[in-house]
Amino acid sequence: MVTGMNRTGLDTATASSKASMIAYAQAQAAARAPESDGSFEAVHMAYIEEAECVGTVPVPATVKAIVASRRTGRRRDVLIDKLGERLAFERAGTRLYEAMLLKCGAPAEVNHPIDVAALAHIRDDEEMHFRLLHRCMEKLGADPTAMTPCADVVGVQGLGLMQVISDPRTTVGQALNALLSAELSDNAGWALLIELAEHTGHEDMATDFNAALQAKQQHLGMVGEWLRQAVLQEAT
Amino acid sequence: MSVNLFDSSGCPLDRQRFTWKELVQNPLSKLDDDAFTRVRAILMNGVELDAVRTKQAMLRMNGELRVPVAQLMRVEQEQASLVNWLLSADHSPLETTIAHEQTAVEVTASVAQLEPDPYLAQAYRYALLEHFDHLYRFSALLDRLEGKDANNITQGYTDIAPARPTTEQHRSPENDLIEPYGMDAALSTKLHALTLTGGEYQTHDYYMTIGPMFADPLARQLYAEVASIQSQYITHYSSMIDPHENPMEKMLLAEAAEVWNYQACAEQESNPRIRAIWERLLDYEMGHMQVVLHLFKDLERRDPAQLLGDGSLPPRIRFASQRDFVRRVIAAESSLRKDGTEFVSEEAEAPASIGWREHLNAEGSPSMAVSGGWHWTPGTELNDASDGDRSTPA
Repeated sequence: MVTGMNRTGLDTATASSKASMIAYAQAQAAARAPESDGSFEAVHMAYIEEAECVGTVPVPATVKAIVASRRTGRRRDVLIDKLGERLAFERAGTRLYEAMLLKCGAPAEVNHPIDVAALAHIRDDEEMHFRLLHRCMEKLGADPTAMTPCADVVGVQGLGLMQVISDPRTTVGQALNALLSAELSDNAGWALLIELAEHTGHEDMATDFNAALQAKQQHLGMVGEWLRQAVLQEAT
Repeated sequence: MSVNLFDSSGCPLDRQRFTWKELVQNPLSKLDDDAFTRVRAILMNGVELDAVRTKQAMLRMNGELRVPVAQLMRVEQEQASLVNWLLSADHSPLETTIAHEQTAVEVTASVAQLEPDPYLAQAYRYALLEHFDHLYRFSALLDRLEGKDANNITQGYTDIAPARPTTEQHRSPENDLIEPYGMDAALSTKLHALTLTGGEYQTHDYYMTIGPMFADPLARQLYAEVASIQSQYITHYSSMIDPHENPMEKMLLAEAAEVWNYQACAEQESNPRIRAIWERLLDYEMGHMQVVLHLFKDLERRDPAQLLGDGSLPPRIRFASQRDFVRRVIAAESSLRKDGTEFVSEEAEAPASIGWREHLNAEGSPSMAVSGGWHWTPGTELNDASDGDRSTPA
C-alpha cells in the first residue's frame, strides 16, 4: 500500500467547499427534510410481516427416503438444509482457494508469505469436504444437487468474498482477509453441523465431521498466520 | 485538438476494431480518480447506448440503411462496453447510483447554463433540482443500509441536501411533456437534448436492472420510485426533440452529439490513460461522422450544413462543480411545478398530477421514509456529534 491521491475524504475537498457543504446540508435539511416519523421502521416491519420464505428443502426423491422423512420430520429437514449449506460453502470455498492460487501465482505477487503448496492442499481439502457432504446427503436420500434454503443464503453471504479475491487489483493480504472471514465462518459452521448430526442421531456423520473440523482449524490457523505476516511485512 | 465535423476525417469505419482485452481494460479507481472521470464514463455510456438505441429503431424502419446502420451499431456497442467497463467492481450498485445522480446534477447544471433557448434551459433546471433531491434520498439509503458516506463518491463537488421532494415529482404522463425545439433551433440545443435523453435512458435502465437485486424492502421501493421518475425524464427530454426530424437527420445529429461529448471528455480528462481512450473514441466517432455525412448527401440529397452549420462544435459541457448555480436554482425554483408543457407555480400545478401521486403515495412514500430525520454529515450520520447517543434503547 502506498500513500497517494485518494480523494474520497472531505479533507481533500477545497477548504471553502468543506465548511460550506456542511452548513448548506444542515440548513437545507432543516428547511426541507422530512421528520423522522417511524416510517423507515414501519416499512421494514410490514414487509417482514408479509414475507414468504426464500424456499424449501426439497422432498426426497425415493420412496424409502420419503418414508424416513415422515418419521423424522422437521429434524431431518433441518439437517438436510444445513448439510446443503455446508456443501455449498465447501464447493464455493474450493473456488475461493482456486482464485487465491491464481493471485499468488502471478509474477507481481512473489513477495508474499503464503506456502503455495499448503494453499493448494487447503483447496483440495475443500473439495474433499464437498464430496463428503455430497455422500452424506445421498445417504439420507436427499438430493445433493439441489440448493437448500441455507445453501442459497450462504451463497448470498459469500458473494463479497469472491469479489475481493477475484479482483486483480486486490493484494494477497486483502484477499487473505476475505479467506479469514470464510474460514472463521466455516469453522463455526462445521462445529454446529457436528452438534446437529449428534442431535439427530447421526453419530457416524458426526465422527467424519469432526475430522473435517480439525482440518478446518488448521486452515484457519494457516490463513490467520499468513495474513498476520503479510500485514506486518507490509508495515516493515 | 480542434475538431470540425466536416474537416476531421477520423479513423475509417472499416479499421475500427477492438480485442476483448481492449474492451475490458483496467477500470478507474473509485478512491483515487477524480469524481469527474467517473461522471464522464457514466455520461458517455449513456450517449453510446442512445446512439445504439436510435440505430436499432432505424434498422427496423429503413431498408436502404440496413448495412451501414448495422456496421455503425456494432462499433458503438463495443465503445459502450469499453466505457461502461471502466467502472470498477468495488462500487456497490448503490455507490454507482450516487455517481449516476452526481452525473445528472453536474451535467444538467452545465447544460442548463449552455442552453440558448430560455424555455428549454428552464426545463433543464426543472429536472436538475429533482436529480439533486434523488442524490439526497439515495445518500440517506447508502448511509442507513451500507453505512457509507456518499461524499466518498461525490468528493466534495456536489452538495447533498433536499430540493423539490422526490415524493412530489410524480406527475401524470401528459404533464411530463415539453414543447420540442424547432428545425431551425441552434445545433447546441439539439445536442443538449440528445445527450440528456441518452443519460436519462441509461439511468432508468440501470435502476430497473439493479432495483430487484436489493434485499432491503425500502431500497426496493426507493428504486421503483426513482425509476418511475427516470421514465418521466425520458418523456421530458425525448419530447424536447423535434418529432419532425427524419431518420437521417436524427442519425446525423446523434453522431454530432457523440463527437461533441467525446471532445469535451478528451479536453477535460485528468487521467492520461483514460484521456487516451476518449481520444481514440473521438477519432472513431469522427469516422462515423464521415460515413453518415456521405449517407446524408447520397440519400437526402441535401447539404448537411443545413443541420450542422459550419461544422464547428458548440461550447462543451463543463465537467466541474456547478455548486453556486445549483444552489441558486434550488432557492428560486424548487416550488415550480408542471401544467402540461408549462412551468407553473405550486398552486397552479395540473390537478391530474396531484391525484396521480396521491394514489402512488397512499401507502407511504419510500423517498420520505428513507430520509426521515436525515441530513448529510461527513462520515455518515453516526458521526453527527450534535445528534447525541444513537445506542439502541435497553
